[in-house]
Amino acid sequence: MQDEPFEMVVGTLMKSRHYVLAVLLAFVLLAVGAVMGQAQTKPLPSDDEVNAVAKELYCPVCENIPLDVCPTQACAQWRELIREKLAAGWNKDQIKNYFKDQYGIRVLGQPPLEGLNWLVYLLPPVFFLGGVFLVYRALSYRKPVAKAGAAANGAPAAVDPYLKRVEEELNKRK
Amino acid sequence: MVANFGFGVMLLTFLVTLYGIGAAIYGAVRNRAAWVESARATTLLIFPLITLVVLIMEYLLVTGDYQVEFVYNVTSSSMPVYLKLTALWGGQAGSLVFWSWLLSAFISSVALRKWDRDREFLPWVIVAALVTVAFFLGMSLFFENPFSRFWQLPSGKEVSLMFAPLGALPISPADGRGLNPLLRHPGMIIHPPMLYLGFVSFVIPFAFAFAALVTGRTDDRWIRLTRRWTLIAWLFLSLGLVLGSRWAYDVLGWGGYWGWDPVEIAAFMPWLSGTAFLHSVMIQEKRGLFKRWNMILVILTYCLVIFGTFLTRSGVLSSVHAFAQSAIGPLFFAFIGVTFLVSLGLLLHRWNALGSNGDITSLLSRESLFLFNNLLFMGILVICFWGVVYPLISELFTGQKATVGPPWYEMWTGPMFGLLLLLMGIAPLSAWGHSTLKTLGRGIWKPFLVSLLVLVFVYLSGITTIVALLAFWLCAFTFTITIFEYGRAVWARHRATQENLFVSLWHLAGRNRRRYGGFIIHLGVVLMALGVIGIEMFQTETQGTIAQGQSLSVSNYTVTYTDFAEFETADGRDVARAVVAVTKNGQPMGNLYPRRDFYIESQQPMTIPGLSSTAEDDLYVVLVDWNPISSQGATFKVYHNPLVFWLWIGGIVFILGTMVASWPDRDPEIEKVRVGARAALRAQN
Repeated sequence: MQDEPFEMVVGTLMKSRHYVLAVLLAFVLLAVGAVMGQAQTKPLPSDDEVNAVAKELYCPVCENIPLDVCPTQACAQWRELIREKLAAGWNKDQIKNYFKDQYGIRVLGQPPLEGLNWLVYLLPPVFFLGGVFLVYRALSYRKPVAKAGAAANGAPAAVDPYLKRVEEELNKRK
Repeated sequence: MVANFGFGVMLLTFLVTLYGIGAAIYGAVRNRAAWVESARATTLLIFPLITLVVLIMEYLLVTGDYQVEFVYNVTSSSMPVYLKLTALWGGQAGSLVFWSWLLSAFISSVALRKWDRDREFLPWVIVAALVTVAFFLGMSLFFENPFSRFWQLPSGKEVSLMFAPLGALPISPADGRGLNPLLRHPGMIIHPPMLYLGFVSFVIPFAFAFAALVTGRTDDRWIRLTRRWTLIAWLFLSLGLVLGSRWAYDVLGWGGYWGWDPVEIAAFMPWLSGTAFLHSVMIQEKRGLFKRWNMILVILTYCLVIFGTFLTRSGVLSSVHAFAQSAIGPLFFAFIGVTFLVSLGLLLHRWNALGSNGDITSLLSRESLFLFNNLLFMGILVICFWGVVYPLISELFTGQKATVGPPWYEMWTGPMFGLLLLLMGIAPLSAWGHSTLKTLGRGIWKPFLVSLLVLVFVYLSGITTIVALLAFWLCAFTFTITIFEYGRAVWARHRATQENLFVSLWHLAGRNRRRYGGFIIHLGVVLMALGVIGIEMFQTETQGTIAQGQSLSVSNYTVTYTDFAEFETADGRDVARAVVAVTKNGQPMGNLYPRRDFYIESQQPMTIPGLSSTAEDDLYVVLVDWNPISSQGATFKVYHNPLVFWLWIGGIVFILGTMVASWPDRDPEIEKVRVGARAALRAQN
């Protein structure tokens, strides 16, 4: 009886199984190498991408200096840390939260909306509204001018001529 | 020896100041004119005495007596003479003496005026002014002595004291530490004197207000007397702020002009209250209103001036300006507290006497709009103050110091600045006493139409964000109204007198310097606003490390790194200078030369940007000095700042307008004679 084609192929393969294994291994190695190579050639986040995040953070050591322009070595290291986080796929908020957890709220450009920090956001409008109320009170006491007495251009009331003369004399002696 | 002499003169000046205060109070309380006159003579003596102290300090700085701690801290042998002279205000101790000196100059000027009509004010003006001088001199004498010297004790320990301890030997270092490189820029040479002039000159209106409260002269006499002083103070403070912004732009290397730094804000706050005061006093003069409000404003301005100096000098808030921590913080705090409480007490004592002589009669009257104006200025002031102190409060109560940065300030102050721009255009059109929508509308409708055309043009140029369009429209609206008002008056005069238009412009401004100077100031503010809008809303930037021959692009500019040089200078700097070729839309624009200066003796670097500036935009190229700089590669940061040129032009126009507004008016008697003589000549011809 003649061998079936399938059995012929299997038989051939079994005889040359070492060679087959070697080819398969080479394939796997090539595939892995290609994937790793692709990962390595993926560009690191640029300075602009790093600065876009660093701009919104403040140096934890030198006060009131944004991280993107701080010249200290520590800030340079923190910027590289931002680069690493971006490369690892973190977004801006995640990175900011990381720095906040590590170094405290002082690294954020604005106090977060929690606890006592609510005062930062509440007091300005409260004070302004207080001022608006005072202005309203001042204006609500106004006495509208009677139409007959008001000049078209709102000229002030006539000055007593005697007082005017006195003022002129006094001004001469200034 | 020289230092001892300087200290002796300073001590003498302090004692003379105390005598002046005592003599003025005694003379006022006991009604003894001779004692008051003696106090006035004292104020004239203090200026030459402090001048002598300053000259001695300058002598020590220029000759390099490094045994004196202050000289050691701010100079070195490699510094040029002009920098050694200006180093007087380059450190804490010198700054305090400089403050006292400037204030004594102003007090002497006030003392020299004619006091016949205002005799009752004199002693109390002297008291308020000399108490301030005494405070600053006292701090110089007892806490920040500019004549302290280095000594080595027998134990080997080194100390800094005025007089030699027993057995101590003098230490004279071979060279000084040199001035902070940031302070060697021309802007920083002139910025502190201008700012200090602004600060000290606000003491004068306060002194008169204090005198008015003490004497019960609650009419507007004190305002008329101090009008010019207030304008001068405001001029110098404004100049100081503008110069400081320019310095920040040129030197700090972050492509900006204002960082909402606590010490910047410390100088800005008295400017805000001072501006509100300048506007508000007009209402008291014209309508007898806002007397209490004006007192509050001038007291607030004075306290903010001292508070601003406290923030800068005490180091309580660290910033690019804070030179050092010192023990004078609590003293400043106490002085502010005492002066504020005393002023408040006097104000409450005179509260009823400061009632208004009239009422606001119309919602759209000028006094009403000025009230809104003051509300906005105070609103911005409160925001600034809160942003500066909140980090301290958060640290006090939570142990964590929060940062209140530019985004917070811009969020709250932006809309208020916008409303101020609007009021700046409308308020000058309203009338004293009464205005209606109709009367205002008559003055507004033509400029409004023109501003709409500008808005359309801006939109068609590609700007579509609502905030930017609104901001540009506000600028166009206010600018057009101001030009219309000025132009209408010039045209009317030209038609009446047949003068040349420019001559009419000149004479018109001369006849009412306050009004037309004010218009020029407003135009300056609008131009500055244009620059601010450009840089704040449309700035773009890029950063990259490139080798020679490579390029970076931002907006429509390309910057190509073409050359590099490294060399040492005679004044002790190691300079790394790059050459970059700039093209715009492909067209060559020339070269820029950003560089990094490393000051060898102080071991401090400083980056100087390469700057190309046009009316349309600035290209700002800075070397990032924390990365290696060489011909193989250097890191550049490139900013594109649209319209920022107008910020500086606006600043110049603003200052010119203030000078016009504060220029003395012609004597009306002499003017009458002049006009009569001209008429007679014309009749003859």
